[in-house]
Amino acid sequence: MNDMKKSTVAVIDYGMGNLHSVAKALEHVADEHTSVIVTSDPAVIDAADRVLLPGVGAIRDCIGEMYNAGLVPSIRKAMAEKPFLAICVGIQSLMSHSEENGGVDCLNHFKGNALFFGENHKDHDGGKLKVPHMGWNQVKHTINHPLWADIPDSARFYFVHSFYVVPENKNEVAGTCDYGLEFCVALARDNVFAVQFHPEKSHKDGLQLYKNFLQWDGKP
Amino acid sequence: MGLAKRIIPCLDVDNGRVVKGVQFVDIRDAGDPVEVAKRYNEQGADEITFLDITASSEDRETTVHMVEAIASQVFIPLTVGGGIRTCEDIRRMLNAGADKVGINTAAVFNPEFVREAAQRFGSQCIVVAIDAKKVSAEGEPDKWEIFTHGGRKPTGLDAVEWAKKMVEYGAGEILLTSMDRDGTKNGFDLGITRAISEAVHVPVIASGGVGNLDHLVDGVIEGKADAVLAASIFHFGEYSIQQAKQRMTDAGIEMRL
Repeated sequence: MNDMKKSTVAVIDYGMGNLHSVAKALEHVADEHTSVIVTSDPAVIDAADRVLLPGVGAIRDCIGEMYNAGLVPSIRKAMAEKPFLAICVGIQSLMSHSEENGGVDCLNHFKGNALFFGENHKDHDGGKLKVPHMGWNQVKHTINHPLWADIPDSARFYFVHSFYVVPENKNEVAGTCDYGLEFCVALARDNVFAVQFHPEKSHKDGLQLYKNFLQWDGKP
Repeated sequence: MGLAKRIIPCLDVDNGRVVKGVQFVDIRDAGDPVEVAKRYNEQGADEITFLDITASSEDRETTVHMVEAIASQVFIPLTVGGGIRTCEDIRRMLNAGADKVGINTAAVFNPEFVREAAQRFGSQCIVVAIDAKKVSAEGEPDKWEIFTHGGRKPTGLDAVEWAKKMVEYGAGEILLTSMDRDGTKNGFDLGITRAISEAVHVPVIASGGVGNLDHLVDGVIEGKADAVLAASIFHFGEYSIQQAKQRMTDAGIEMRL
C-alpha cells in the first residue's frame, strides 16, 4: 500500500464566486500526491499544507465576506506558518487599507495601501490610459524568489484591476509593472507571496508560478 | 514597454459546436470548441470569445458544459456572449469558468441590468456589446446608431452616447461591432471605433469587417482600439494568430509574442 501522505492546497472560498479557473489551473500542475481543495471551512484551511487566497470583486465585499465566514483567524494563522499565495484582490486585502469603496481597512499583513489609478490616468507622454488596467503586461522581477523559478524576467501576465498596492517597505516588493507609473505587482515576506495578476489566466508562465507555489517550502 | 494590445479570436457556438466553418470543413459543424480553443491558445491568442447563438434554453446547458471543459484546459481569459439576460445567466457562466460575459440586447432593453450585474459581479467581468450602424449621410457630421436583431432594428440610440452611458452603469469593457462592416472583409469602421475609444475610459474591442492583417493594425493605430476581435480570417486558416501578432509588432504595436 502506498501510504505516502497527500499534500493539500486549500483554495479559500469566501463566497465571491468563480474559483473554477484557479482550482483547475492548480490541478493542471499538481502531481499525484497533491490535492486541491476549494473550501470555506476554517478547519480545512488550518489542516492544509499550503493556502491560496483568491480575490474577485470589490474590496469591501471581499473583506466583509472573509470576516462573515469566520475565515480571518485561519488566514492569519496560515500566513504565520505555511506557504501562502494571494492573487488579484487577494494582494490588496493583505494591505493596511484600500481607497476602494470609499476606504476599507484590510488585513494589514503588509503595511501600505491600495490606491486607484484614477479615471484620468496618463502614460509617460501624457497620453490617455484606460482603467481598468486590463490585459497582458510585463512583470519585472525585483528579487530572486522560488516563485519566479523558470519564469523569464519581464514575462507577460494577465491583469484586470483598477487599484494597485503601494507597500511602505520597499524590501517586500518582489515584482513591478509599468502602466503610466511603475507599480508593485508582487509582494514577498517569509512564507507569504502575493501577486496582482491572474496566474490562472496567464498561460504557461502563470501555470509555472502555480507549479512553483506547489513546490515551495515557504522559505524566501 | 507596457500593456500589450490584444488579439481575440471569436467563435460562434451553436448547441456546443463551432459553426461558420473552420478550415473549410463542413460549414454547419466546424469543430469541437474545446479543440478550436486549444489551438488558438497554442497559437498565442490573448483571450477567446464565444458567441452563443443557441436558440433554446435547454441547449444552453450544453454551452455551460462547453465553458467548463474549455476553462479546465485553456488558461487564458474566456468571454461568453449571446443570450445573457439575467444575473442567473451570468452566475452560471462565471461558475462554469468564464471570466467575462457579454451583454448585448438585454442592455438595450433594460440598461439597469448592466448596473445590477456590475454591482453584483464587478465591472471587470461585464462586457457590453454594442452593434452600431452609420446613419449620417455623405457630407453630414458622422453619426452612428445602436441596432438590435442582427442589425435590422434601429433603436434611436446614439452609439457614442450609449457607450458612455454603459460605462457609467458599470461596463468594464466595450465590444464594438460595426454592423455595416460585419462580414464584408473591408476592415473596421475606424470612425466609430475611435469616437467610442476616445469617449470612454474603459478598454474598447473593435469587431466587424476584418479581411486582412492590416485591418487589425488600423483598428489599433487609427481606431485607437485596445483589442481587436476577428473570426473568419483565423477560422479559415488564412492567417494564424502568430502572423497577426507579427504584423502588428512590425507596425510598432506592443504585443505579447
